[in-house]
Amino acid sequence: MEEKKVLDGLKTKFPEKIMETSSDFGDDTVIISRDFLIELAQHLNDKPYEYTMLLDITCVDYGDREPRFEMVYHLLSLSAKHRLRIKISLKEKELKLDSVSSIWKNANWLEREVYDMFGVHFNGHPDLRRLFMYDGFEGYPLRKDYPLRKRQPRIRLRK
Amino acid sequence: MTTRIQNEAGKDSLLINMGPSHPAMHGTIRIMVELDGERILNSEVEVGYLHRGFEKTCENKTYFNLLPYTDRMNYVSPLINNLGYVMTLEKMMGIEVPEKAQYIRVIMSELSRISDHLTCIAAMAMECGAFTILLYKMKAREFIWDVFEQTTGARMTTSYIRIGGVRADLHPDYEEVLKKAVYETRKVLKDVHGLLDKNKIFLNRTRDIAVVKPETAINYGWTGPCLRSTGVYFDVRKTFPYLVYDQMDFEVPLGDRGDNFDRYMVRMKEMEQSLRIIEQAMKKIPKSDASVMAKGMEPAEAIKASRDKRVEKKIILSPNLEGSEKDKYIDILTKDKKVVVPPKEDTYTSIEGLIHHFKFFMNEHGIRPPKGEVYCAVEGGNGELGYYLVSDGSDKPYRLHVRAPCFHVMAALEEMIQGHYVADVIPTFGSVNMIGGEMDR
Repeated sequence: MEEKKVLDGLKTKFPEKIMETSSDFGDDTVIISRDFLIELAQHLNDKPYEYTMLLDITCVDYGDREPRFEMVYHLLSLSAKHRLRIKISLKEKELKLDSVSSIWKNANWLEREVYDMFGVHFNGHPDLRRLFMYDGFEGYPLRKDYPLRKRQPRIRLRK
Repeated sequence: MTTRIQNEAGKDSLLINMGPSHPAMHGTIRIMVELDGERILNSEVEVGYLHRGFEKTCENKTYFNLLPYTDRMNYVSPLINNLGYVMTLEKMMGIEVPEKAQYIRVIMSELSRISDHLTCIAAMAMECGAFTILLYKMKAREFIWDVFEQTTGARMTTSYIRIGGVRADLHPDYEEVLKKAVYETRKVLKDVHGLLDKNKIFLNRTRDIAVVKPETAINYGWTGPCLRSTGVYFDVRKTFPYLVYDQMDFEVPLGDRGDNFDRYMVRMKEMEQSLRIIEQAMKKIPKSDASVMAKGMEPAEAIKASRDKRVEKKIILSPNLEGSEKDKYIDILTKDKKVVVPPKEDTYTSIEGLIHHFKFFMNEHGIRPPKGEVYCAVEGGNGELGYYLVSDGSDKPYRLHVRAPCFHVMAALEEMIQGHYVADVIPTFGSVNMIGGEMDR
């Protein structure tokens, strides 16, 4: 019952901004637009929800579908013992999003990873660089149009 | 191309590079430190040296084929990685796992957790100069890996936990080997407690070094032993119980200061709890039905007997691994035939078995979960190991993302070593147990 309360509470609090909620396979999900992310994140981080832990940030590339990208955030509330998923659709032409690194510190690296793998830009990120791949790597490897076995030329040694 | 720290560094300070291959860095990671004398003013951690494109590879493999890749993530506790992936898929498809298989999974996860913690502390203590600890811990790990070897057929790359159950039943003599492993590990733990707990050198290098406050740990998304060392009570096994953990009696050890020593201590205490779980599981594990397990004839014996007359009795077959015969399937694998590799006896002797076999392995067939997305987490050696799976209804995952626990811990390393000495980097880095394969994926 606890889980339902979170989704219902959010829906009554922000009736216009929450686009959709679902609980497929028992995972509670909120779908919002990208402008609302920071406000919702702040709201969830505070009492009474206390989603103080950001478990994960990732992105999914849906190829030909429009909007093409979908950002996925997983939050955990230690007091309510509950996980929550936030999803935001992004169009390929507007791959920009506000950074949540000011609220959760590990978002710094997580957003760098998403930038590295998908090319999503985060406004207000302190140090947006590639995380796993090297400087000079071209393209975004986890996008669906990046070939599996594509090779890139060797780069020069750093001076 | 200059990195962040090169731009930020002051004129008079010294920049030093540790890693990616450094004798005191187990795992490939680069730490650049800006020094004033020996004190660290600023640092930058660079990761990604072990990035192998795990997630991209998985998008191009079938659900069954990608299982061995999960072994290669956290290679000191591969069974937990198997378990996390398999449980994600089971959650999505609603597969029920037989009770015996659940107990086997619990035993195997706990053994993996111990092997993970043993390796972590061994490396940490060795880097502080206590080489004996490394040898003691490796000895204990050998006994644990004997159990793995006997049950799964491999020591590190196990691929043992399968969708719907486990690959094979426990070896008939497993109890003896497991008891020996538990006994030897306890002995080693006692020795190590005696050698390190009040050791002046070890305490000087770990007490009150790299202290992390509970709020900081939560803010960084820490889980597992590192979070618990700061005094926050969170364990996936207790908070979101899976398998048969809710029937087990165990405690969650907590630290109070969140320094290097607490991280060591929490790991040590956790191993003791894991041993307790293993002992309980050994007692509670359901025995296989004796009538099902009726002994057949040895193949050589059957050939000899068949010279006189037709042999009606069953013949013992062990195609690959001890305990993977058809008779044992009911105990260790789910009844849902769509997700299970058919027994070899059927594949070779009946047309249905052969069709079943081909349907399972053929492209575009095999395991096909429904459309949707699911997140499932287990308690790994380093914390919450989560898998986020997106399925489009085909036989390959559309996207598989792994929440690696040590990724979040490493993200905080820059903050942890700030203001300490260069020498403190080594025990701090050792205490967080970074596993390159898991973090870089």
